[in-house]
Amino acid sequence: MLIYLLRRIMQSGFVLVAMSLLVFLGVYAVGDPIEILISPDADQIEKERAIQALGLDLPLWQQYLVFVGKALQGDLGRSFVFNEPAIQLILQRMPATLELAFGSMFLSILIGLPLGLYAGLRPNGAISKGIMAGSILGFSLPTFWVGLMLIMVFAVQLGWLPSTGRGDTAMLFGISWSFLTGDGLSHILLPAINLALFKISLVIRLTRAGVRETMLMDYVKFARAKGLSPFRVTFVHVFKNILIPVVTVVGLELGGTIAFSVVTESVFAWPGMGKLIIDSINVLDRPVIVAYLMMIVLMFIVINLLVDIVYTVLDPRVRLEAKA
Amino acid sequence: MNTLEVKGLSTHFFTRAGVVRAVEDVSFTVGRGKVMGLVGESGSGKTVTGFSVIGLVDAPGRIVSGEILFKGRNLVGMGEEELRDLRGNRIAMIFQDPMMTLNPVLRVDTQMIETVQAHQKVDRETARQRARDTLGMVGIPSPDERLKSYPHQFSGGMRQRVAIAIALLHQPDLIIADEPTTALDVTIQGQILAEVQKLAANTGTSLIWITHDLSVVAGLADDIAVMYAGRIVEQGSVDQVLDVPFHPYTHGLIGSVPSRNKRGVALRQIPGTTPSLMSLPPGCAFKTRCERADGACETMPALAELAPGRFARCVHPHLETLPA
Amino acid sequence: MSTTTLPAPLPKVETPFRRFVSEFCESPLAVGGLVVFAIIALVAIFAPWIAPQNPYDLAVLDIMDGRMEPGSVGGGGYTHWLGTDDQGRDMLSGIMYGLRISLLVGVGSAFIACLVGASLGLLAAYAGGRTDSVIMRVVDLQLSFPTILAALMILAFLGKGIFNVVIALVIVEWAYYARTVRGSALVERRREYIEAAICLALPTRRILFNHLLPNCLPPLIVVGTMQIARAIALEATLSFLGLGVPITEPSLGLLIANGYEYMLSGKYWISFYPGIALLITIVAINLMGDQMRDVLNPRLKK
Repeated sequence: MLIYLLRRIMQSGFVLVAMSLLVFLGVYAVGDPIEILISPDADQIEKERAIQALGLDLPLWQQYLVFVGKALQGDLGRSFVFNEPAIQLILQRMPATLELAFGSMFLSILIGLPLGLYAGLRPNGAISKGIMAGSILGFSLPTFWVGLMLIMVFAVQLGWLPSTGRGDTAMLFGISWSFLTGDGLSHILLPAINLALFKISLVIRLTRAGVRETMLMDYVKFARAKGLSPFRVTFVHVFKNILIPVVTVVGLELGGTIAFSVVTESVFAWPGMGKLIIDSINVLDRPVIVAYLMMIVLMFIVINLLVDIVYTVLDPRVRLEAKA
Repeated sequence: MNTLEVKGLSTHFFTRAGVVRAVEDVSFTVGRGKVMGLVGESGSGKTVTGFSVIGLVDAPGRIVSGEILFKGRNLVGMGEEELRDLRGNRIAMIFQDPMMTLNPVLRVDTQMIETVQAHQKVDRETARQRARDTLGMVGIPSPDERLKSYPHQFSGGMRQRVAIAIALLHQPDLIIADEPTTALDVTIQGQILAEVQKLAANTGTSLIWITHDLSVVAGLADDIAVMYAGRIVEQGSVDQVLDVPFHPYTHGLIGSVPSRNKRGVALRQIPGTTPSLMSLPPGCAFKTRCERADGACETMPALAELAPGRFARCVHPHLETLPA
Repeated sequence: MSTTTLPAPLPKVETPFRRFVSEFCESPLAVGGLVVFAIIALVAIFAPWIAPQNPYDLAVLDIMDGRMEPGSVGGGGYTHWLGTDDQGRDMLSGIMYGLRISLLVGVGSAFIACLVGASLGLLAAYAGGRTDSVIMRVVDLQLSFPTILAALMILAFLGKGIFNVVIALVIVEWAYYARTVRGSALVERRREYIEAAICLALPTRRILFNHLLPNCLPPLIVVGTMQIARAIALEATLSFLGLGVPITEPSLGLLIANGYEYMLSGKYWISFYPGIALLITIVAINLMGDQMRDVLNPRLKK
């Protein structure tokens, strides 16, 4: 187990190095680093000083080491717009994004799992066919347009829910959260549903496919031959087996959810990392872009690692292979 | 009273491509403490017969006619709740592939305790002790530790012992064993056969032993029914049928078993394959592979009592081998 | 003879293509998708001849016609069935022209990505060894990263423009094709006919493209169809975020973005109808793709 973990961590480290190399090349080799990292408003003397400070007169491989060294100290440059360290800007916005992402994952399981289970147990029923048609729609609908429609219906026409912002927040662990206040919850509902749409469809499909596949297994028939109640067969024998792939995929989707929150945050003016990165791209605040990219890569690697561990704990077969 | 009396059982599968008559007009009787061997090639309907008895024929399959009298009660048309109460309790089943019968994500103790508790209101600890004792009974060393293991930590033979232990938990009146030793090594096969035979004799449990292997049946069963293309073609006590087979199919089956006494003599084989159950030609299903077939075989012969207690479904039975 | 009991003989002439067509037609939804997609493609191709107005021609636009409700008659004397946008542009014409851009970018990028990805996938499967592991490492890396982010980053460095959007889409999508082709090519490679071709000392290029590639086509077609839908949706999203096509060549995504600010005042149609057009296009493609996947997937065959 320990060796397996160490190996996974080493793999993750390798990916991190590879990605930092890619980002570095994107900034320093493909683009013009002076243009990317130094504010266009800077005058000639400032520029020269910055070139010296950033080590842009050094050979490329030394520049990379400087880049990595600074990144390790948490220095990924200063925002031109806010004149603050880029990493700090991103960390400030992170709770809002995480809150939105977890909210939508929660919704996707809450809605997707029961629907998928139903569709899997009664694959030929009319309701099941409706659920599956809905899930095709969920895959096809462009997120941003659904967001607009949600605003149009629930905020503009019906006036039930607010359309923009986080609403009132409450402090917990020194960070402000929307989900702790009623007003904040009403603000998070629409964006979370919007972001969850794709994942609801995904969970429905995975659950349905898993149920149908598992129901055909000998061990399910054996469980029935033991005289267990249909409830126990479904919710213990079938459910525990499909939980593994569903948890894995939903977990892996956390990264994708954070990435896709870029769109949802833009539609609902949700002040998270995604909105920050779009604004930064539009005003060419490149240090923020670079910092965001590195942060998101790091998050991805950590998420993948955590999902692997959860997977190992849930599935005894994987546990054994890891030992061997 | 006989433990089981099956009368005129027909189980059909209504697939999109047509009706598959998997079991057609099958009748047999299993006395208390007796072992009944159900022999046939794959696709002959022997497994479906077993599932019909325990009431686990799934859609699109359905018992279309016949009676299954278990200790005098007809299981056909019995309510699902009543059936469930018998399953795993009075009638147990053991499946072919021990690698697939146990749920991979549940510990062995969970899978045993749930079986006990499905039929008896006992606390977990009592159920656990029963599970442990039964595991010991089927020859699993240090059952206390083994209870905490997952199925994949057992070998194939051990898993089948666990499955047998689960079947024995409630000391059932009838066990349906569907080729339980086919997937195992020959030595393990012998051990398990001996074990089952001993247990059945001690507890008065009746057995239906489904197999394609005549040599297994020879040493184990009291009576035998040979199935071909969904119908019983020959029936009688095991010694008589194996010594003096009437039906050309049984004849062929016995001729194709390698034997020490027949060294140097070419093994006989039955030409061709089992016909598709969907498009059975009229008349005897075996006629296309039978050397004795002629025009008279175009009408389906009845299962006739050719000698006392000896039934065969054939127009041209091997009566010449009958000792005078 | 025992052969007389075999099931009914197979139909006499059945090419794989004919069987594919007949099985595809088993699903009315898929046929519907095909018909709808064909209509959409025709509308896009012939937009300059059938659209009521040329939405790029500033001379015919009248700001006085701005934000008219669907069904009203504008200064041009004809009815704006889907209303007008803030510039007085007829939405129906805008959507027809927008479809051109959306389809061009979607189909074009999917096609180029398919060429690049399939070639690399074939190479990986055929060459094996280090070439294979290097290519597949890059594929894994690419696939572990959400497409939207990768595309955003590429456009952040490259800037707006139709060409740049296509480049970004190709970069984020080639890996799907590479993985698909490599997977099926590896299976095919072990088949005897490939070994026979190698034994005959046929040139590598011939083995790759005449023998290996045709047998990898079925999964490639399925992935390609689905990827066109994904590419169209992604382009729309990027354009909505203001990072895709320029304002002078509005795709459906940009039309939707234009209507965003009017949405809150109840003028829904500027965003609503381009979205419906986008939705119908994507659903039509996905319906076709779903059925093709079922038909071409050997695992689902009985």
